Amino acid sequence: MADSLNGNRSILVVGGGMSGLSAALEAAEAGSQVYLVEKEPYLGGRVARMNQYFPKLCPPNCGLEINFRRIKGNPLIRFFTMAEVEKIEGQAGNFDVVIKTRPRYINEKCTGCGLCASAAETEISNVFNYGLDKVKAAYLPHEFAFPMRYVLAPEVIGTPEAEKIKAACPYDAIDTAMQPEQFDLKVGAIIWATGWEPYAAEKIIYYGGGKHKNVISNVMMERLAAFNGPTGGKITRPSDGGEVQKIAFIQCAGSRDENHLPYCSGICCLASLKQSTYLLEQNPQASVSIYYIDIRALGKYEDFYMKVQADERVTLIKGKAGEITEDPATGMVTVQVEDQATGKILKEQYDLVVLATGMVPSSASGKVPADVSYDDNGFILSTQPTAGIIGAGCVKRPVDVSSSVQDATAAALKAIQATCRR
Amino acid sequence: MEKKMGVYICSGCGLGDALDMEALAEVASSDYSVPVCKQHSFLCSPEGRDLIQSDFDKGEIDTAVIAACSPRVMTDVFNFSLDKVVERVNLREQVIWSHPANDEDTQMMAQDFLRMGIVKATETLPPVPFEAENLSKRILVVGGGLAGITAAREAAKAGYETVLVEKSDQLGGYLKNVFKLPPSQPPYEELQSFDLEALVGELSSQPGVKVYTGAQVSQISGAPCMFDVQISQNGGQVQERVGSIVLATGSVEYDPQKLGHLGYGQFPDVITAGALETMFKSGNVQRPSNGQPVNSVGFILCAGSRDPEHLPYCSAACCVESLKQAKYFKEANPEAAVYLFYKDIRANGNYELLYKQLQKDGAFFVRGTVTGIEDDGSGGLMVLADDVLTRSPIMSESLELVVLANGMVPTTALGEPSRATAPKEGEEAAEVPADTILASNILNLQYRQGPELPALKYGFPDSHFVCFPYESRRTGIYPAGTVRAPMDYARAMDDATGAALKAIQCVEMVSEGKAVHPRAGDLSYPEFFMQRCTQCKRCTEECPFGAINEDEKGNPLPNPTRCRRCGVCMGACPERIISFKNYSVGMIGNIIKSIQVPDEYDEKPRILILACENDAYPALDMAGIRRMGYNPWVRILPVRCLGSMNLVWIADALSKGIDGILLLGCKHGDDYQCHFVKGSELANIRMSKIQETLNRLVLESDRVQLQQISITDYHRLPQILDDFSARLEEVGPNPYKGY
Repeated sequence: MADSLNGNRSILVVGGGMSGLSAALEAAEAGSQVYLVEKEPYLGGRVARMNQYFPKLCPPNCGLEINFRRIKGNPLIRFFTMAEVEKIEGQAGNFDVVIKTRPRYINEKCTGCGLCASAAETEISNVFNYGLDKVKAAYLPHEFAFPMRYVLAPEVIGTPEAEKIKAACPYDAIDTAMQPEQFDLKVGAIIWATGWEPYAAEKIIYYGGGKHKNVISNVMMERLAAFNGPTGGKITRPSDGGEVQKIAFIQCAGSRDENHLPYCSGICCLASLKQSTYLLEQNPQASVSIYYIDIRALGKYEDFYMKVQADERVTLIKGKAGEITEDPATGMVTVQVEDQATGKILKEQYDLVVLATGMVPSSASGKVPADVSYDDNGFILSTQPTAGIIGAGCVKRPVDVSSSVQDATAAALKAIQATCRR
Repeated sequence: MEKKMGVYICSGCGLGDALDMEALAEVASSDYSVPVCKQHSFLCSPEGRDLIQSDFDKGEIDTAVIAACSPRVMTDVFNFSLDKVVERVNLREQVIWSHPANDEDTQMMAQDFLRMGIVKATETLPPVPFEAENLSKRILVVGGGLAGITAAREAAKAGYETVLVEKSDQLGGYLKNVFKLPPSQPPYEELQSFDLEALVGELSSQPGVKVYTGAQVSQISGAPCMFDVQISQNGGQVQERVGSIVLATGSVEYDPQKLGHLGYGQFPDVITAGALETMFKSGNVQRPSNGQPVNSVGFILCAGSRDPEHLPYCSAACCVESLKQAKYFKEANPEAAVYLFYKDIRANGNYELLYKQLQKDGAFFVRGTVTGIEDDGSGGLMVLADDVLTRSPIMSESLELVVLANGMVPTTALGEPSRATAPKEGEEAAEVPADTILASNILNLQYRQGPELPALKYGFPDSHFVCFPYESRRTGIYPAGTVRAPMDYARAMDDATGAALKAIQCVEMVSEGKAVHPRAGDLSYPEFFMQRCTQCKRCTEECPFGAINEDEKGNPLPNPTRCRRCGVCMGACPERIISFKNYSVGMIGNIIKSIQVPDEYDEKPRILILACENDAYPALDMAGIRRMGYNPWVRILPVRCLGSMNLVWIADALSKGIDGILLLGCKHGDDYQCHFVKGSELANIRMSKIQETLNRLVLESDRVQLQQISITDYHRLPQILDDFSARLEEVGPNPYKGY
């Protein structure tokens, strides 16, 4: 155990979402020293913003809570939030990494009491809820946030309000002079697990994402359904807060489309089936249409597909939606599609349309600052020119939560191998 | 040894404004005569922490009770050395954030929580880790196919000695007959060749790898780090000691004899995907009926899979495998007529590009349900289907070969239940439903609960947890590859690598006396006071992980390295002989007894909440963080798992005068969320026996209730607590108050 504390035997994990957390924990529990770097102010990544997992319809915070407990109890893991990798030099067994942190403007004296938020007046867009609502400029990203420490938004820095917020904190936790910082780490291997981003719905112009108010993306739907989301868990129309009676899911919104993402994003079919249950659970009178090309419910997920399909309130229509239009007076949105089973052109009106937008690997835009190979879509390849840099999770291929964890566990072993062969 | 306790009360975060600090301190110093009792306005500051640390250092205390925020937070600050007992009392999230300030009831609650914390700290001993004897860190891999070879190779590459057991004479499994692999590299359109010999060579060139071919595991006894494995080979027996196990025995194809409706057995030119693969591998692709070359072929996908009559699940790999085989024909002859009859083409991720390529290559994709296969009279075969897209029955052209993508069945599903699940006539049904364990003759575990891993749905021994896919129900045994779930080659290799890591992690943790997931790192373990054991077998039956064996008299034989520390055995034991150093029936009983119960005329009922510490307890914290406010009569006591609940606690609480007991545990049933598999379900079963206790005390059954709560159900909590309280009000006060 002692030599694992040596820098060359330690492992850097980049990304604190499901893949990164798992990779870090699995490696640390096998005895390696691990540094975990996350760009957001909290760990948990994208799954922290989900309402439930398919197929069990269980809350992601349950598994995250266990993972956070594992971190709290393991002295071999050190994590850094609001941090990103600036530079990587060296090779397997001997990397020099520069980490850059953004100022949180709130230091480790923060007790999580919330007096700063009470003192703040400015409201900023709530990134956690994909901008669907606003949050005070001094905020806890969400109630499960780990670490449970507030953040002061840069928007108020330098204003009298910041001074007022600072004065409200009895613990001297607010440091408006905080600056970006850099520090060095010496590690033996690097796991790159920065996850994914939803494909920008605005890019599919004929679907009106970002334009029609009642056309939202599937990630937003997760927030609408979550109790800690912008609507307290009530799925309503963004245009007027009205009730949703008829909802449509447009599968392959971007995916399997050579003009957008040529690959299949793998998870969106199940995500839409799952989100159907969100609405039906809270509004038993609602009806759901799912427009799809193929329903890709692999393995035992087939059971979940069968269960949702058997619900007579759910209609599955094979056909790729052509166009979505909005009635500005009522906010109703109309989906036009050719039903491949009947050959008819359908035009159906809905209260809410959810675009099942696919996964774009974060590595498509946020490249690893090292010699790393990608495919045309930005996925990190499994064989790399630089040994000791290992992709894990959705930067490697679009996968569900279980597969991310599996892949991250495998990546942990690859990283350990890279450090122990010296 | 007398404890030297210190109580540290924080007045920060509004605690000092909302509570009477002096009265709280009084509880410690007067009621419990705690020698050191200090207050601080900012206990989590460096100065606050130093206050406690220096008392430890000076030897003034060996046990600290910290009354401040929730134990979920500030864990890094209040982290003292392992030999010190530190107990946290949650006055912030669960008292002042969820109840009105400067209120008599809020104060009483805070004081009770402090009492409970002091009693818990008094009875807690620092755990002494279990030391395995003659421990091994070697990894056993059972199965020498792609997953098994990968697991063994990857473990060896990390420096761990590995033993691989393969039943056939050669390594490779299904791969031995595989011609090419589907694409895993850009541009994802071309098939990939591979070299099995090189793969095997890479394994055998690793130091510390021992391979047994033509061999079987005839018996495994022991526990993690102390497994004794008997391997039979060439009529002889070899013994190996290993630390943990990767189960990689893969799957078999679905029996094509059961696919008579698709022409198998009736027409020689209807073959399985495996048979076609062998043909290409041997370079000899011809019609079985007449030995002629094949110029037209139809693939029938989901032959058996996604069919309630056969395999209800999707076999996950066959769509891509069929695309690959269709490509074989197109590569050999671009003019070949290739049909694929499908329900959905499940070409996930980048396999989509192979699918696109096949469409460009001119393969015909027919979405429909195959209704039959007929001889077309010219020696060819006709596939009849209902085409979903054109709404009409269709007939293929005359095909020279029909290939059934016949899906996969895990090897663990091949076996009869190892013990009768239905009770024999005259026997009572088992109170605790036993796991299904199929005698598949793979591991032959010498475990009281059965010889193999418990089978989940469809016989897969996989994990039920989305977040923790490697959590089998037998500690130190990790399934990987197609035995765990249907998957393709690339996934199987990743899966095996991950399982190898879990196996390594298990031996590393266990060798230090630590528990593995989900209480990773826990050094405590259950100890049995055997003199009082009545051989009732409840502990051996109920352990969700099969950790406890039995001798012939029915005495439990615990295996601490198989144990996950949930405490289910402790909850099950009617004699209360099972205890952890820091968690025991007596300790929780005494905590319950420390709650002050006002007499009936005060009209202040008391409700004991036993809350699962991973889900219900944080949910209560969340209610506090959101300042939701809830019933003031509750007294919250976290438990490792609701399954550790011993019925005597209910009796303790009721005979003390507590009006009601609410058990908050995880969801059970098919989609259970209990991290110890059966804890909340077992608690629910025990609830049915509570009646006996209640009858003895002449009390109403409504006084005890179990609610299934997930971690995000905090919005439901205030209502649940109020409803329970209202019900208790109807029932009336517990008549045992004041006794």
